[in-house]
Amino acid sequence: MSTIYWEEELETLPRVGLESIQLKRLQALIGRVYEAVEPYRQKMIAAGVKPEDIKGLEDLKKLPFTTKEDLRENYPFGMFTMELDDIVRVHASSGTTGKPTVVGYTKKDIDTWANMMARALACAGATRGDMVHNAYGYGLFTGGLGAHYGAEKLGATVIPVSGGNSKRQINIMRDFGSTILMSTPSYALNLADAMDQMGIDPASLSLRVGIFGAEPWSENMREEVENKLNIKAVDIYGLSEVIGPGVAQECLTSSGGMHIFEDHFLPEIINPDTGEPLPQGERGELVFTTLTKEAFPVIRYRTKDITSLHYETCNCGRTLVRMEKVTGRSDDMLIIRGVNVFPSQVEHVLMGIEGVEPHYQIIVEREGTMDSMTVEVEVSDSLFTDEIKGLEQLTKRITRDIKDILGVSCRVKLVNPRAIQRSEGKAQRVIDNRKI
Amino acid sequence: MRVEQIAVFLENRSGRLAEITSIIAENNINIRALSVADTADFGILRLIVDKVEEAEKALKEKGFTVGKTTVIAVEVPDRTGGLAEVLDCVQKIGLNVEYMYAFVNKTGENAVLIFRFDDMTMAIDSLQANGFTILESSQVYNL
Repeated sequence: MSTIYWEEELETLPRVGLESIQLKRLQALIGRVYEAVEPYRQKMIAAGVKPEDIKGLEDLKKLPFTTKEDLRENYPFGMFTMELDDIVRVHASSGTTGKPTVVGYTKKDIDTWANMMARALACAGATRGDMVHNAYGYGLFTGGLGAHYGAEKLGATVIPVSGGNSKRQINIMRDFGSTILMSTPSYALNLADAMDQMGIDPASLSLRVGIFGAEPWSENMREEVENKLNIKAVDIYGLSEVIGPGVAQECLTSSGGMHIFEDHFLPEIINPDTGEPLPQGERGELVFTTLTKEAFPVIRYRTKDITSLHYETCNCGRTLVRMEKVTGRSDDMLIIRGVNVFPSQVEHVLMGIEGVEPHYQIIVEREGTMDSMTVEVEVSDSLFTDEIKGLEQLTKRITRDIKDILGVSCRVKLVNPRAIQRSEGKAQRVIDNRKI
Repeated sequence: MRVEQIAVFLENRSGRLAEITSIIAENNINIRALSVADTADFGILRLIVDKVEEAEKALKEKGFTVGKTTVIAVEVPDRTGGLAEVLDCVQKIGLNVEYMYAFVNKTGENAVLIFRFDDMTMAIDSLQANGFTILESSQVYNL
């Protein structure tokens, strides 16, 4: 099978050519950001580095990191390089303490993003003849609209079905002849179960490829979803701070890992504890510098995702570096049914309820194909009432507030004080029993 | 007129009730009456004991969430319709029962009904006005 490219020349550049593009773009970016964005300039001054110090790609490590905290401190638009007049779209993802992280796009950024997503789709074997069933959520989350624009850019037919209502999704798949499914891997398994209940044989559908992302998934899960849906399942990577989905994509003839579109997104791997860059192939925290974004570029943004980079040319012919499947996080972020959840957000919600003490524990489990989250909350004397209805109201209130603020359903379980282990120094807030 | 009742939060985990009763026994506290209200996820143990302060302290020391509430104890003859008469009166007055439980005292002649009403003052006044016997707290602790 011959490889399908979207931008063949750029995807197969020899490293020397690629690095020269990266350097030119990096220098232009740093100069522009230094002038336009106060928080970046302040950090660079503090680090004693000027735009003219960036003479080669190896000088990247002189630049200070950008973290989610930086974005939060400059909420909502403080890190934008341009006036809102030039911004045509904003998206947001969950922040660590209630405030979301806001990202902005110019018209050109939207086009860059669509182009990257078109690359990702082509990398997964999609062409303009495909029917793209886009079950990522549409809204502030970048998944739905990002995939949508990419599929349109590619010239495929996109079904903006969004998430939920599995039965209707399957009817659409059957009647419209969906060939490519884009969703979280757990939702794909959910669809497989629903097909089984409806008595629909996946082999009778036109589905060929699934492009899955937005949550961690294992090789076992890949096998399961491939068998159950009778498709080829590939991995996609992205995060809103960098652009959204379409930062990296696994190809069909994968030699392992996802191709990072590094002419636009410059990756590094660092030791999460020291911040030092790690040698090629070693596992550490993934850091990105966006080379072409206008409205909201990031410099050395710490993704907190743990992975490794591999530079050998892939079987598919692409020279673009491959990142292995994300194997973990260097912070405590959880991904529950595609939603990013920080324990600190749960704490924030609890602190907002009178009488609730910040003693809690989050227990995550995978029941069947779906993740479930239980929040255990200690019942203090001040919260306690001798009437069942009082405690039930409390449980409901916490469940509702978590749903409203974090966007994820959970079960709240009241427990005795001190029933939740107090470990030395830092409490163990999360027990993740999922076998991913 | 008002009787102090101890309420203990019961986490849904095996052995919790046994643990509580052991603590009470170790402190030479005698349980006069009890009831357990439960849901799928948790329960509330309501206790009337002879030494309220001691019981509360002992349980708190062992890490239990303990609350104190006041209830009233209505004594009725232990015969058919004893409870019905009280509830009939309660309904006519327009009182709301938050919860209740009952036990028969040692002599077996009378039953004691423990009530928690939404309006305790009105409950005491109206029940007495209708001729019902409301026990003093000391009488209940030493039944």
